Amino acid sequence: MRMMTSDEDLAEAAAAGDGAAFSSLLDRHYDRLFAFCFRLTGARSDAEDLTQDICAALPAKLASYQRRAKVTTWLYRVAVNAAHDRRRKRATYTKATEGWGDWEINRTAANQETHAQLDWLTAAMNQLGDDLRDTLVLILDDMTHAQAAEVLGVSEGTVSWRISEAKKMLRAIKQKEDMT
Amino acid sequence: MTDDLDDLKSLMDAATPRPDAARRAENLALAQRNFDALQGSRDEPRPTVVTGPKGLWTGVKTMMNAMTSKGGLTATTALVACGFLVLTPQGQDLLRPPSPPQITMTEFDGALGGTVVEEAPIAELRATDDAPLASAREETALKTPEADLAFENFSDAPEVIASGAAPEPSMLPRAEMAEQTSPVLDAEVAESAASSTSRMRVTQQIAQTESLLAAPALVAPGDDRFVAPVTDTEAFANADSNPLQITAETPVSTFSIDVDTAAYAVVRSSLMRGQLPPSEAVRIEELINYFPYDYAAPDANEAPFRPTVSTFQTPWNADTQLVHIALQGQMPAIADRPPLNLVFLVDTSGSMDDPAKLPLLKQSFRLMLDQLRPEDQVAIVEYAGSAGQVLAPTAASERTTILRAIQSLGAGGSTNGQGGLEQAYSVAEGMAENGEVSRIILATDGDFNVGLSDPNALTDFIADKRDTGTYLSVLGFGRGNLDDATMQALAQNGNGTAAYIDTLSEAQKVLVDQLSGALFPIAGDVKVQVEFNPAQIAEYRLIGYETRALRREDFNNDAVDAGELGAGHSVTAIYEVTPVGSPAQLSDPLRYAPSTAAVGSDELGFLKLRYKAPGETVSQLIEVPIMQDSGLESEAGFAAAIAGFGQLLRNPQYLGDWGYDDAIALATANRGEDAFGYRTEAVQLMRLAQSLSQ
Repeated sequence: MRMMTSDEDLAEAAAAGDGAAFSSLLDRHYDRLFAFCFRLTGARSDAEDLTQDICAALPAKLASYQRRAKVTTWLYRVAVNAAHDRRRKRATYTKATEGWGDWEINRTAANQETHAQLDWLTAAMNQLGDDLRDTLVLILDDMTHAQAAEVLGVSEGTVSWRISEAKKMLRAIKQKEDMT
Repeated sequence: MTDDLDDLKSLMDAATPRPDAARRAENLALAQRNFDALQGSRDEPRPTVVTGPKGLWTGVKTMMNAMTSKGGLTATTALVACGFLVLTPQGQDLLRPPSPPQITMTEFDGALGGTVVEEAPIAELRATDDAPLASAREETALKTPEADLAFENFSDAPEVIASGAAPEPSMLPRAEMAEQTSPVLDAEVAESAASSTSRMRVTQQIAQTESLLAAPALVAPGDDRFVAPVTDTEAFANADSNPLQITAETPVSTFSIDVDTAAYAVVRSSLMRGQLPPSEAVRIEELINYFPYDYAAPDANEAPFRPTVSTFQTPWNADTQLVHIALQGQMPAIADRPPLNLVFLVDTSGSMDDPAKLPLLKQSFRLMLDQLRPEDQVAIVEYAGSAGQVLAPTAASERTTILRAIQSLGAGGSTNGQGGLEQAYSVAEGMAENGEVSRIILATDGDFNVGLSDPNALTDFIADKRDTGTYLSVLGFGRGNLDDATMQALAQNGNGTAAYIDTLSEAQKVLVDQLSGALFPIAGDVKVQVEFNPAQIAEYRLIGYETRALRREDFNNDAVDAGELGAGHSVTAIYEVTPVGSPAQLSDPLRYAPSTAAVGSDELGFLKLRYKAPGETVSQLIEVPIMQDSGLESEAGFAAAIAGFGQLLRNPQYLGDWGYDDAIALATANRGEDAFGYRTEAVQLMRLAQSLSQ
């Protein structure tokens, strides 16, 4: 019966103190949240830690949930901010950016055929700045520009601009590859 | 184009791993635990609105019955305390460091809105101490809507809540612990703040401790332990205070001039917040040089600045003297100034999203724009995660274009300071033409965390660029994560000045009143060397300039960089000297050293200055003897008062029982004309510091 309830109803009930509602809400979104964290960080271990941080803080953040926002939008905003904080507080920033670099090494099951493609992905994500990467990740998660803008707290125009920048950079990377 | 993204999407989908099942379960359990903790009851879900207040009472009763009276009392007190701290505006204030614009946490809910302060019923809350949990819960329940409202407005409120709730729900042993072991907890906070591996965890820990510590605060409010800003990440550049030197051993003292003013503004912003500044934030020479002085200016055909040396009795020690060295730069005719190329390099990282940062910066630049001439050029480069040129070089006459570009700056993302600097230097080089002055004005909260993470590498980069003739000035904004050390390093290595802008009136002083000094250097690499006469002076001590010390041999080495003097700038340096035979001498004369007494000159010492004319590589020398007591005049007296004030804030070991009263009296007596009220403000700051230090 819970599954019939909308995310927003669940979130509201949870904000009012309904533990079961909270539990099923998080259960419903955990995998997506984790995937999102992975894409933000580029490293499995970072993604696990980030997800844990978010889970730990989420009950309290529920208080800030407002019915007018979609739960996913709100959740992604929490995630983006948490990821942002993590990056900021890293003792050395380089460690954080290495995520998309050593992630590939940690990956065990990559087969030979997709290897080159994954190289490309790693390189591409690595070269985008944080803003562009965060924005791109949201768009890749099938969000509209408007939704992404809401998550990131920027204007829709900025999102569109960032996406076009990201595309430009991706194209440049591709061209460079084709040339070599 | 879309193909690119589609490719990327399918790749991404393929690359994204499944969550680890064990971690998933763990994290879900953790979330649930925290959720339950927040509700105040582990076993039963808190009734929803549908169940109504009756359910509330039932839950409370069950809980009360399950508790022993002692445990119940402790738990309820703790709960009331937490509720007070977290749910009422006053509680929020207790948890929050005193002034709003210093918190560096990311805003979870966007803008920092106006402070909603309601007359909260402290008395009522107190009353609930007696009628334990039941009414407390009621109170809490009633407060909920208001609390929601508060979260909207206080950007960091969810943080606080998170922290309050994050601890394991067993309030009882913790509450006891808080009473017994608060120093330990303090230490823990400091430690965890220092290591700060993960912000979330640290904040949790800090706020856990704070809320626990704050529980007794209900009984004894006003203990300022609770308002100490433990979460800031400020870093200040400073070194140990200059030690006393014995003239017979080290007769020569060498340093570079410093015309920065940042330390004064930082001290002021601390005092205005009701806190004494951290002693490492106090650079005495910057306090002294913050003020304009009416020293004798050079004549037209002289060197670009004129040194004035005076000697008078030390205000805080009748048996020593102060040697007051003043350099006054000439003020070239403003009309003749060369055209300016300005590159505004603006930090638009997420941390700049604060009323005291980006908005103040925009207003400051607007003020400055009015001072520019039509032939001047302005370009704007912003840097956050990636650097970008916001405004191509534009003539200052196109005011609206520039204003619009300034207005369009928005904060978000991390700080790639190096990328921005590289771009700014390349823009500046593109703008440079013969006879023009190019300067980059870097506006930041100092939090460089992307690109060259090693400060040395960053300053090397700048030192390299400085040879292109482009100057670099640094404007600091905001408190909380102000990286004063990096700012100092940048400005010192980039042939520029560092100023800290905390208010619009400070922006007025730096960017309007003293703009020509800030933008037009008249002498570069100005070094000061004083040789004291051991026959006259037994001991000496340079007050301030700790971060500007030079080696004795560097004075004549033109390759060694030093500070620049801007148009109309004045620089003051003060030595405290102990005459031979004075009862104030701290060191005993050596038994076996040859006696130096009565050898020739009655000069106290000899002052040598080196400087380079702008754009030149060979330095010129100015020499002035330091003569006996010349009497105290007003300008030097005020500088001495500020020197004393700085030492009171930093390290009063040489001041004896000379205190704030004396500093205030001395400063007031020598206030002079003080057209802009800077000195009056300084006296007010002294009074504030006096109250705060008691």
